[in-house]
Amino acid sequence: MNEKEVEILEILEENARVPMEVLADMVDLSVEKVEKIIKSLEEKDIILSYSSVINWDKTAGKDGVAAMIDVKVTPKREVGFDEIAERIYRFPEVKAVYLMSGAFDLSVQIEGKTMKEVAFFVSNKLSTLDSVLSTTTHFLLKKYKHDGVIFEPEQKDKRIVVSP
Amino acid sequence: MKQVQQQYLSKTASKLKPSGIRKFFDLASQMDNVISLGVGEPDFVTPWNVCEAGYASLESGYTAYTANAGLLELREEISSYLSEQFSLSYDAESQIILTVGASQAIDLAFRSIIDPGDEVIIVEPGFVAYAPAVTLAGGTPVSLETKAEDEFKLTRETLEKAITKRTKAILLCFPSNPTGATMSEEELQSVTDVIEKHDLLVLSDEIYAELTYDQTHYSIARLDGMKDRTILISGFSKAFAMTGWRLGYVTGPEEIIAAMLKIHQYTMMCAPTIAQHGALEALRNGRDDLEKMKKSYRQRRNYLVKAFNHIGLSCHMPGGAFYAFPSIQSTGMTSDEFAEKLLEEERVAVVPGHVFGAGGEGYIRCSYATSIESLQEAVKRIGAFVERHKAE
Ligand SMILES: Cc1ncc(COP(=O)(O)O)c(C=O)c1O
Repeated sequence: MNEKEVEILEILEENARVPMEVLADMVDLSVEKVEKIIKSLEEKDIILSYSSVINWDKTAGKDGVAAMIDVKVTPKREVGFDEIAERIYRFPEVKAVYLMSGAFDLSVQIEGKTMKEVAFFVSNKLSTLDSVLSTTTHFLLKKYKHDGVIFEPEQKDKRIVVSP
Repeated sequence: MKQVQQQYLSKTASKLKPSGIRKFFDLASQMDNVISLGVGEPDFVTPWNVCEAGYASLESGYTAYTANAGLLELREEISSYLSEQFSLSYDAESQIILTVGASQAIDLAFRSIIDPGDEVIIVEPGFVAYAPAVTLAGGTPVSLETKAEDEFKLTRETLEKAITKRTKAILLCFPSNPTGATMSEEELQSVTDVIEKHDLLVLSDEIYAELTYDQTHYSIARLDGMKDRTILISGFSKAFAMTGWRLGYVTGPEEIIAAMLKIHQYTMMCAPTIAQHGALEALRNGRDDLEKMKKSYRQRRNYLVKAFNHIGLSCHMPGGAFYAFPSIQSTGMTSDEFAEKLLEEERVAVVPGHVFGAGGEGYIRCSYATSIESLQEAVKRIGAFVERHKAE
């Protein structure tokens, strides 16, 4: 991975919607070259998707609940944690799965429409998996910052408009 | 009443011209929806760890004066920083003073070296405070005009021409506000024998030293024979996004620093204590943030300069600082007209080049320390403006 590729990734991670011509100028390459680099990064699954960070709390009619579940599991010979992680992340309601160091093994993020739905997932789908030893569910109350994005940003530029 | 008040003013104060920037500040502040490329400071807020260090210093009760020259610990940190980053060696105890911004360092420097009648060469287009600071110290500022065709660098010929019998010092600022010009080791080397021949003192304002994008900064003080005749001025405002903390520093030959310290102790006592604690953290743990900000400036510079050339405002690629300095001569307007009309018609604030002294007319200063989205919008508006006025 060369410096320009990293730079392109950093810019896209911050703003995937930057126009191609602007991006090309920023990294001092031609548009064709940048397009080629991005295509190859996509093909290599380095760029996986382009998503938006949305504050759903500000929209009407899309209420839901989210929870982080600490999961303890028994790792399997040969495959370690990968197999059980895969069985968990295949559920569409699971938004994220991370292997953790410390008191538990997997951190599972889940989103559901209601608390009941999340509870049902934990008791009927997650806990019943063979290798799962225990779960601790924490409901998420408020998002302040997600993926580096602050949810109630203070937009105002505090600088005076013209200065020496 | 006004009349009466005026009679009390000193001749120096009443003759001092208000900065040409003021007018645009007044105009732009009254308008909505202005995109400002007129701001001479970073768009980043101070890195959080530095702010934390400021809080922590208050919590620990560091609310008193520091030593006149500043916290020794910080001077020691500056001394190793200058050595690591710029291969300069200055003694923490006898050669460094913390000041209230580079601004105070500039004032102190002139006040400690100027006698009435002394001339100081100011390389222009340049920062607006230099000439007034020379005047206030009782000296005579002499403009040295740099040219676009020299990429706004200082050359031997222009320097020779500006020197008279009364010339005492020359003020350099590379990377430059407003042109973004930088000078390499070789380019600096090419003027040192002229400086030595005329026995000039050099005031080198290197506040943008960290913000160079194509090659690392080289300080004139590193060149043979220069260290003993150079007062080096820098600060935390630009590189560490700390403009509001008001902290700068000055280093140089011991005797000159000692004279500056005398003035400093009577007129300022010391630089702000809280800012000194913040600066310690900035020097110890601020490198990653600095590099991130610098990368972002470089990307925005690349975009903006190409965009200007594209819409017909020819613009050299500035090597440092965060300003582009495009020529507006193709529009036939003066820089003042251009800036004023642009603000009225398109709500984009820029600074007309003439306020930066000789050689600035025909150019505008545009800061790219603004989000890439705002820069895109500004380019769109300036592009439309240029197109419309070309047609006239
Ligand atoms: C070239 C130059 N020198 C000095 C200063 C003043 O900086 P400080 O905030 O350290 O007083 C500025 C600020 O705009 C500048 O551009």
